[in-house]
Amino acid sequence: MSPSSVYQSVQVLFRKIPNWVKIYYAALGIWLTTTAMHIPDGYLSPATCAVMFVVMLPFWYFGLKKLREKLNARSAPLVALLAAFCFIIMMFNVPIPGGTTAHAVGGALAAIILGPEVASIAVSIALIIQAFFFGDGGILCIGANCFNMAVVLPYVSYAIYQAISGKFPVQSRRRVAGAFLGGWLALTLAAFFAGVEFGIQPALFHTADGTPLYAPYPLSVSIPGMVIPHLLIAGVVEGLITALVVAYVQRTNQAALEVTAQPALAAEVGTFRRLRLLWIGLAVLILATPLGLLAPGTAWGEWGSDELTGRGLAFVPQGLKQLEGLWGAPLAGYDLPALGNSSLGYILSAAVGIVVIGIVAWLFTVLLTSGRPPAPKEQA
Amino acid sequence: MSSGTVPRLHRRRRSLLEKTLADLTQALEQSLFAEDIARQRGLLQALDPRVKVISILALLIAVGLSRSLPVLLGLYGVALVLAWWSAVPMGFFIKRVWLFMPFFTGVIAVPALFVTPGPALVALPLGLAITRPGATTALFLLLRVSTSVSLGVLLMLTTAWATLLKALSVLRVPEGFILILGMTYRYIFLLLLTAEDMFLSRKSRIVGRMTSADERQWLAASIGTLLDKSLHLSSEVYLAMQARGYRGQARTLDTFRMSVHDWLWGVAILGVAAGMIWLGR
Repeated sequence: MSPSSVYQSVQVLFRKIPNWVKIYYAALGIWLTTTAMHIPDGYLSPATCAVMFVVMLPFWYFGLKKLREKLNARSAPLVALLAAFCFIIMMFNVPIPGGTTAHAVGGALAAIILGPEVASIAVSIALIIQAFFFGDGGILCIGANCFNMAVVLPYVSYAIYQAISGKFPVQSRRRVAGAFLGGWLALTLAAFFAGVEFGIQPALFHTADGTPLYAPYPLSVSIPGMVIPHLLIAGVVEGLITALVVAYVQRTNQAALEVTAQPALAAEVGTFRRLRLLWIGLAVLILATPLGLLAPGTAWGEWGSDELTGRGLAFVPQGLKQLEGLWGAPLAGYDLPALGNSSLGYILSAAVGIVVIGIVAWLFTVLLTSGRPPAPKEQA
Repeated sequence: MSSGTVPRLHRRRRSLLEKTLADLTQALEQSLFAEDIARQRGLLQALDPRVKVISILALLIAVGLSRSLPVLLGLYGVALVLAWWSAVPMGFFIKRVWLFMPFFTGVIAVPALFVTPGPALVALPLGLAITRPGATTALFLLLRVSTSVSLGVLLMLTTAWATLLKALSVLRVPEGFILILGMTYRYIFLLLLTAEDMFLSRKSRIVGRMTSADERQWLAASIGTLLDKSLHLSSEVYLAMQARGYRGQARTLDTFRMSVHDWLWGVAILGVAAGMIWLGR
């Protein structure tokens, strides 16, 4: 297929999306970006919340254990102050073009300054306090919110930051670029996970006649709904703030950046090497999801009842077996203009997003490394 | 999504400084307001915090599990009754949830009215139709989110922060984690005041309007300074703790005592939650 024919078919497909859908999603996107990514209770089923909570337990357990080993008694005040700092950062309004403001999470910055374990615990604590004391984000959803913002965001941003600038001196401009890309891409990935959590709800949890009980949109709508605004605005804000603060810290207090650049801690980057399989797996998952949409019957999360019980889910709707014959009907309904085109919008957004990320990452690397001295020494 | 408790006085477009200052002040005011209500005499205030945390969690789970709209309405009713019994200002309690619901969950629920496949309920021009499952799913989302938020607000308003933290230990939260939670809570206020001072002092020095780029640059500098201050403070706090004999073991005072009153109310609320789970299955 030639590039021009791809472009033409994309144009034709885009024209098929009704205007009101485009306008609605534009407005929704702009609105969503001015809010933080806190999922309130009611969007996710208790089963999903429980699973996400269990997923978080090892991160909390090993995070705290590692802190105790590394920082021993020091860890409590350090994490507490950093959590309080993240809490305050989430309240700062960052001006964005168009006269509105957005909020940054601060997880990427915390990870760059003190490493992902400390950041993960600190952001978790900030989120727990927000849920219990300020009503931001649900109480049952704490596991899901912590996974998106206190695991995906700090660990991924730290991995990107270290991959891009780990071998360069702390005053290098690569550090700023790494901070930007880390914050931007990690928040977008966090939004992707939130989109997945929303998107599996209607397939897994619905009434006998197929009415969704929780977040009502399938993956084809929820993923672009979360990813596009975060890729274009909220993620950029997170990246920008992270980069600007790293640049400021470079000018004023370089020692703060050296904490995660020390040889002892550089060994931690080694754990990322060991975790490489995980990252590759995640990347494959992201790339594979749009493929799943091409074959509607096997889209990710739309498992059959036998598979559901196989997954140990206790909430398989009664009579789903009889309904499986009917299961095609709502799916056939997804060919209706609005939804059919949303899934198309998703494929488009995924493809465009990956291309844009690739180009921008490449541009950054080229722009910031030209005329720079090469890395002092390569670590195997 | 931050839902404010204090009505915004200025409707004109405010600068970044003013907006952030307002948000910081609002957080302080909100916690003061919550402490005020937590000190009143009422049903939930008198309950043992452990019973309260477990009861509210049970009700939240009931809200989450319900597959019936009337049961969800019933649970919202339970939240209203508990609020009324706990001397929470009802106007505030209802407005706090419903004033902001249309802007977040409402906006998200609207397209579901049309795109959820099913028989049409109301036909609209342009070939659109509100479907029956669409209306049901939108109602499920709205009622579930608003009832959950109400219960969360109820817990937040009727418990002093420090007590709530200690009560978390019944949920098997490790002591070290609770120590950090408590310290975080304490230093949030210090950092809130520090940030407020930084923004106020900046505001008092500028006459014109800053460009967005300048604002971002300045914001980054203040975040950097605040980060520096927090890190510095953490080592000072550590030294102070050490000077007082801290060796890395966390101990929280646990002086809670269950009374007959606590048992009765705990069993009653858990019973209601269990009944609702059974009815809504």
